[in-house]
Order: sequence, then structure tokens, then C-alpha cells
Amino acid sequence: MSRRTGERPPWAVVALAATAALFFVAPLAGLLLRTPWSGLGRELAGGEVREALVLSLVCSLAATAVSAVLGIPLAWALARVPFPGRTLVRALTTLPMVLPPVVGGVALLFAFGRAGVIGQWLDRVAGVSLPFTTAGVIVAETFVAMPFLVITAEAGFRSADPRLEEAARTLRAGRWAVFRRVTLPMVRPSLVAGAVLCWARALGEFGATITFAGNFPGRTQTTPLKVYLLLENDPDAALVLSLVLLAVSLAVLIGLRSRWLGQA
Amino acid sequence: MAAAAVLLLTACSGGPNGGAAEAGTVTVFGTASLTEAFTEVGRRFEAAHPGVDVRFSFGASSALVDQVRNGAPADVVATADEAAMRPLVAAGLVAEPTLFARNRLAMVTARGNPKALRSLADLSRRGLTVVLCAVEVPCGRLAAQAFARAGVEVQPKSYEANVKAVVSKVALGEADAGVVYVTDVKAAAAQVEGVDIPAEHNVTTSYPLARVRTARSPKRAAAFAAFVVSGEGRRVLLEFGFEAP
Repeated sequence: MSRRTGERPPWAVVALAATAALFFVAPLAGLLLRTPWSGLGRELAGGEVREALVLSLVCSLAATAVSAVLGIPLAWALARVPFPGRTLVRALTTLPMVLPPVVGGVALLFAFGRAGVIGQWLDRVAGVSLPFTTAGVIVAETFVAMPFLVITAEAGFRSADPRLEEAARTLRAGRWAVFRRVTLPMVRPSLVAGAVLCWARALGEFGATITFAGNFPGRTQTTPLKVYLLLENDPDAALVLSLVLLAVSLAVLIGLRSRWLGQA
Repeated sequence: MAAAAVLLLTACSGGPNGGAAEAGTVTVFGTASLTEAFTEVGRRFEAAHPGVDVRFSFGASSALVDQVRNGAPADVVATADEAAMRPLVAAGLVAEPTLFARNRLAMVTARGNPKALRSLADLSRRGLTVVLCAVEVPCGRLAAQAFARAGVEVQPKSYEANVKAVVSKVALGEADAGVVYVTDVKAAAAQVEGVDIPAEHNVTTSYPLARVRTARSPKRAAAFAAFVVSGEGRRVLLEFGFEAP
């Protein structure tokens, strides 16, 4: 990309951009500076720390998978099918994004809790109880994270050129084949971006998890919950755990960006 | 000049209790179990000291202590046990604490006690959904002591971040039982039922109150602290189920 010689970006934009960058870098720098590097090994070896990390990774990945299986069809329907009440459904699917997570957790209890509207039935008929279980964690994380995937995917489907799909249909390709070989490759960057956002949101979820699934080491105590409880009593361990989560997240985000999102 | 003199005079005149609680705000950090009692104490304090506004922040003792350590603008701190207050004392952040109330534990369950709970041993029953406070907070520490005394091992479904969260889970019907303070049972009497823990197994805790050294208004902080331990403050605490220190 060439620039006209002598033309620099406006200083106001640069100043604001620099402030924005500082805003993100400062907390990270603070974290790195306060980390007890010498005691790192000891803290990481702790069983409960490992448990929390593994649980976080497993649940966030599961939540992303569920969000993809349910969310991509929903996004496709919102983008392509003009059904009645579509605007309302779209608004409802983005509701968890604006709802405070704890409120989301309470709402989940009223729906899927033991005394909940659907939960009662689940308990009586299927013997399934979601609160206080790992499945409950996945439900809570899916609830807060799926909207990110749906919104991004819907935008992707909307911007995909329908003429290419029509061309494929005229060449006698079945609907599923068209979707798999024409539509999906076109929207792949949006889907991946949506999935990454979804996963990141699920990984960091706290309020809905602690309210709906509770807090029990190894079963429902995800990393954010562990950090919260550790912060008051063992700040060093909390720092170390935060750092590990940060490192894992950064690794995934950086790794994915270049390979799948097709960006430099 | 005259205006300044008038201002000075009114500032020094103090309230009807003689304590110089000049108009302004006093920020009180109180442990979750003090929510109802301290709110009432605050109301009465404001009535006795017109112009003073009491602002409360209630939460788990450990969370509040952590906030004060990080510079939160509290004037007075009250925790649920002395162990929770210790870090603040050690760091020199608060003046010498005063013990102002005592509390003891109780089991909490749904109204009507549908699971027929009679003793702590019942909490280890299979299939019972029990929630407890996390051991990092005072009520969790105390519950562990009570279980040890009773020789009981309880497997809870969740360790909640503060005592009110335990009450909520039981009140919402998500948990069958929990261990909280007697004062929490009393405060939520409309939604839950308490089951006494026999004295030989129960544990009591003394609540300390301390003025923060960096309080915005040391005089107002001192006045509030004095009010809590006064006859009227004590009466309110007893009303809500606390015991004398």
C-alpha cells in the first residue's frame, strides 16, 4: 500500500488511538509487573488451579460448539428467511449481550432451575438437574456467548453474494451441497470470528455461572470464579491464574487470526 | 467575615448527642449478614444526626477488606469475624477494632421444613442439595468448625461467595438446605425456615467494628461507631437477632 509522500495521519486521530491502545496495555502491564515470577511454578502446580483451568477450557469449548450448532442455523434463518416476528427474535437473541450476567443467571434459574418453568419438567421427566452441574456451566456460558456468534454469522450470511448460490443451483447442485461448497466458504471468516468472540466471552463468564451453576471445585468452579475467591485471600495465586488465562487466550486469538481469518 | 464566623459556629455546635457529627456522608462497609440490622441502625443514626447521610456497602467480609486494602473510601468497616479484620489491623489501615455483636449459625431450609431436617448430621444425607458459604468467607469458616464439632462430613453442591447468596439459593428453591447465621434466617423469615443447631455443635462469632484511618471525616466515623455500641444501637442489633458481644 503506497502513501503520498509527506502525508501523515491526523494527529488527533493518532492521539486518541494511542490513548485507546494504552487503555488496553496498562492493565496487562500491571498484571505482568505484579506477578510473583519466582513463585510461579509453585502456584501453577496447585491441583485446584489446574482443575479450574481445565474446567474453563472444556466448558468454554463446549459452549462454543453448542452455540455453533444452534447459532449458525439461527443466523441463517434470521438472514435469509423472512418469517413473521423476525425482528423480535433477533432482538431477543441479542438480549443476553445487554443483560447483566447475574441477571441472566437468575433468569436461567427461573427457566431451568429446579423450580423453573422448564427445569421442573426436566427434573421430573428426564431426571436432569442443571444447576450445580458442569452442564449447567455450559448452559450459562452458551446463554451469554451465543449472541456474539449469531450476530457475526448473520452479518456474514447477509453479505454473502446470493448470485453465486443461485448460479450453483442452476448447475443442479442440491441445497445442502450449495450450502457446504458455496455459502460456507464465503462466510467462513465471519463464522470463525463469531466463534472466537463466542469462545472468549464464554471463557470469561462469571456472573451467570456463579448464579446458575454455583461454585464447586472441579465441577463448576471455572477460572474466573477461582480468581474471584482467591483474590481476597491469596492474591499471588489469583495473579498467576489470571496470567495463565490471559496467555491461553492470547495464544488462541493470535494463532487464529493469521490462519483462519485470512489477515496479515 | 461575619458569614465565616457563623459557618464556624454552626460547624462546631454539634448534634443533640453532643458528638460533633457535622453534615456530610459517612461510608460504612458492612458484612452481608449485617444488611438489615445496619440499615436500621443507619436510619436511626440519620434521625439523630440531621444532615448526615449514611452510605452502606454490604458484601462478604473478605471482599470488603480487600476493597479497603485497595483504597476504597470507607469510613467504618464491620466484619463477621476477627480473622477477617486482621489483615486491616496488621496493615495499620484501621484503628483498634471494637467487638459490638455476636452471632451464631443456624441451618436454613424451605418453609415447612419439607426435608425434615433436625440436626447437622441430616445435611450429609444423600440426595440433599446443600449449599454453604465458601471457606474464604467467615460463615464458611464457621460452618466448617461446626461440622468438625458435630463430626459430620457434608458435601455441598456449591460454595457461595457470601451468606446472602446461600439464603437466596434456598429461598429460590434451588437448594434444600444451607448453613447461615441466625440473623439471616430471621431477616428472610417470610421465605425460609431456620433449624437450630444444638449449642454443643454450634459456633459463635464476634463481629468487630473499626474506624478506617484514612476516613474522610474521622468525626462522623467516630460518631457512627459510638452509635453502634450505644444503648440504641445495641437494641437494634438485638431486635434483628444478634447477641451482645
